[in-house]
Amino acid sequence: MEHLWEILRSAQKVAEQAEVFWISSGETPVHFEANKLKQVQTKENTSVALRIFKEGKVGFSAASGPHPSLSLEGEGRNEVETLLDMAVETSQFGNPANFTLPSLKGYPEVSVFDPKVGKITVEEMIEYGNQLIAKVREYAPDVLCDVEVTKGISSVHIINSQGGEASYAKSFFGLVLEGVLIQDTDMLFVGDSESLCCLPDKIEVMADRVIRQLELAKGKATVSTKPLPVIFTPRGVASTFLTPIALAFNGKTVLEGASPLKDKLGEQVFDSKLSLWDDATLAYRVESSPCDDEGMPSQRTPLIEGGVVSNFLYDLQTAARAGTRSTGNCRRVGSGSPKPATSSLVIDEGGISFEAMVEDMREGLVVEQLMGAEQGNLLGGDFGGNVLLGYKVENGKIVGRVKDTMISGNIYQVLARPLGIGNEARWVDGILRTPVLYCPCLSVAAK
Amino acid sequence: MRCQFADTLKGHNADYIEAHFEESQSTHIIYRSGRLEEVNRAGTTGGNIRALVRGGWGFVSFSHLDKLQEKVALAVDEARLAGREEFELPAVEPVVDTVTQFHPHPSVNSGQALNPLPSRERRNSASVSLAIKKELLDEYNDIMLSTGKIQSSRIDYHDTRRKVIFANSEGSYIEQSKPDLTLRLTAIAKEGKEVQQAGLSLGSKGDFSVIEGLHDQVREITRRAAALLSAPHVKGGEYTVILDPILAGVFAHEAFGHLSESDFVYQNKQLHNIMALGRRFGGKHLNIVDDATIPDLRGSYKYDDEGMPASKTYLIQEGILVGRLHSRETAAKMGERPTGNARAINYLFPPIVRMANTFIEPGSVSFEEMLSEIKEGIYVKDWYGGTTSLEMFTFSAAEAYMIRNGKLAELLRPVVLSGNVFVTLGNIDAIGDDLKLNQGGGCGKAGQSPLPVSNGSPHIRICRCVVGGR
Repeated sequence: MEHLWEILRSAQKVAEQAEVFWISSGETPVHFEANKLKQVQTKENTSVALRIFKEGKVGFSAASGPHPSLSLEGEGRNEVETLLDMAVETSQFGNPANFTLPSLKGYPEVSVFDPKVGKITVEEMIEYGNQLIAKVREYAPDVLCDVEVTKGISSVHIINSQGGEASYAKSFFGLVLEGVLIQDTDMLFVGDSESLCCLPDKIEVMADRVIRQLELAKGKATVSTKPLPVIFTPRGVASTFLTPIALAFNGKTVLEGASPLKDKLGEQVFDSKLSLWDDATLAYRVESSPCDDEGMPSQRTPLIEGGVVSNFLYDLQTAARAGTRSTGNCRRVGSGSPKPATSSLVIDEGGISFEAMVEDMREGLVVEQLMGAEQGNLLGGDFGGNVLLGYKVENGKIVGRVKDTMISGNIYQVLARPLGIGNEARWVDGILRTPVLYCPCLSVAAK
Repeated sequence: MRCQFADTLKGHNADYIEAHFEESQSTHIIYRSGRLEEVNRAGTTGGNIRALVRGGWGFVSFSHLDKLQEKVALAVDEARLAGREEFELPAVEPVVDTVTQFHPHPSVNSGQALNPLPSRERRNSASVSLAIKKELLDEYNDIMLSTGKIQSSRIDYHDTRRKVIFANSEGSYIEQSKPDLTLRLTAIAKEGKEVQQAGLSLGSKGDFSVIEGLHDQVREITRRAAALLSAPHVKGGEYTVILDPILAGVFAHEAFGHLSESDFVYQNKQLHNIMALGRRFGGKHLNIVDDATIPDLRGSYKYDDEGMPASKTYLIQEGILVGRLHSRETAAKMGERPTGNARAINYLFPPIVRMANTFIEPGSVSFEEMLSEIKEGIYVKDWYGGTTSLEMFTFSAAEAYMIRNGKLAELLRPVVLSGNVFVTLGNIDAIGDDLKLNQGGGCGKAGQSPLPVSNGSPHIRICRCVVGGR
């Protein structure tokens, strides 16, 4: 790590404050295509980012890979100098440096490293993939499955001019199972995924969920264009509501004045049964870590408590501008600049079972996957898309899969009305833990 | 450097090995809440090795260019683990070339000349100072914020200089310069609880001049964002719709282009049956093309990331499926001609089958004629985005108007269109005479996003299209 200290020292010579963020990651994805093993990969990546406060303004630069060796720049500056030159150049136009980098050195323990992940062999990962595919094809021999099994380890090191220092290692294990069943031009897409910092207990659960989707989609059903009650499964909740919610609670969107929630702290905006948390402290969750990407300790932040808007998510700079405190939500994408972003999102469970919700419906829909929900006016809370995987309910029973069907609405209307909240939550894609949600009335358009 | 790479790829027990090395420098300028938020500069170096053994691929990417022999050996070991079948890539003639600035070779059958850019002096974004870039963006930002009801603005500017070296075990060695530039401007209007936005997306192969002089267009998006605040929602259902060239281009890309990517098809018998060459997809007026050889478009290149020369490929000709996009592997496995469409977003990913510049060729119907024949319908323009499941597509229009009795009527809130590709292509009943190519945006596939592409079309009319609404 001497290299990082060298960057910090040279930055301190020209800047009031400075911070060096270093991340190194290695991952091994194993890909299956159309039921067959196709590709094994190894990906190593190291990058370093420098943030300086110079003459009261923030400058930022980043580099991945050690040396500009292909002579694109070629002005005889070494890596440290190039990084510093770029940060100084950008600082002329930078934001006011109106906050202080943290001087913390120790953090509460958050378990995000499982040594077993590093020890699993590529052969064992291939076996996982083969097992999943075999189990799904035992139920439906014509399904073509794509599977990705990934293991990875990343290390983060953050040092700054205020004496702050943080470092931790995180392991990662991910499974994606996607199946397609084609008959003439009719395509049925099913799938599930999981990602964790440790090895999953049972991988068959994923195959079971996919088989359940295939079962429910066996029959065909049609709906007509009219308002209908809709049940969102956990995957349906993720594909429909996650993006507009994450955007609305982002401190940056709030500061911009673009979030419809900006003046709503402490107000009842959503149904009183709805509670939502952002949590970076959950053990072995991929969005967890002891600290965020600028060294602020991770925390659990309530966003909606009983329908009341209770917090927004901030990093240091956005918090300073908004006159509030960081919630430890600074994230960087690779060596990108620090920004507030969600950790794991958790929706509290309610009291109704999925079965009871279905039984309650005379006519309605169950949405498992919505396609294109993220294209509308997200800032305004609009969602709308094609039901890629969804089922029709008639007289309390799921009768088959719907196609050529769109649903649309606005989260500030739909989630404000009385909702039914499922009594059993589960993780979706390793980043959202949610029960099923039952919306009594939603606009449905069909062919 | 060439000899060093050639030596590295020799003497391994693999059917095929290729290497990519890359260096890039990029600048990001971001405005949020109506003010300059971020100015970032970043440099990247890295590379990868891809090896093929008995039909299985190994891939190793890295940011440290040392110990190359070990990395090649690891990629070969991985490929051997994955290799399960007898398969060889048909050999191609090695290419040795250096492409500093993109000069495409003339395309075969290029038909009518397609030059989307008005003649103006090019300005390399790399030679424009940060101060000048910021000054221009400040002007646009000031225009947006000086309009009533516009409460906020967003600007995302990005330029990259990229040099990529490709070498393979067949003896090819290609150096290419791949600059890219994108600009997205968004005006956000707010009144009470209502928030609406309108935007403008542009791009180029690193030519800064394409984003200069946009002041009138910026005024137009601010007017539209404000007008959307009081616009009504469309009633959901089936409508006859006219798509403007931008949205029709997104449709060509999303709804049909992705189906033409052979990596979806080559191992999937059922999908292959659906996508059988010779099958009719639309009327005789329908021609859809992917062409990476048109000068100066963001999706253009001389060689793809497998070192294959770029080409112009008819996907649909006179309504009939006649071609598809290939990597070397998919072409070999389907017994078709490689098209040079294997592209990777950067060294962290292996090349996969991608589009370049995808468009619907112009027909002969004027916009006015199309409009005059509609009693009740919707005119949809511009886009927020689009996505496809291969069979079903969905895309969203940023601007929409009711059509009543052959005339444009009230402005509507943004709408989402959705449908079945196979049915919808057949439901295109008029193709305009006014082809335009859109250089904004990018394409995402298999975690590789945004890849520089462009797409375009003339105005097209689709009957019986499902529109989501309240």
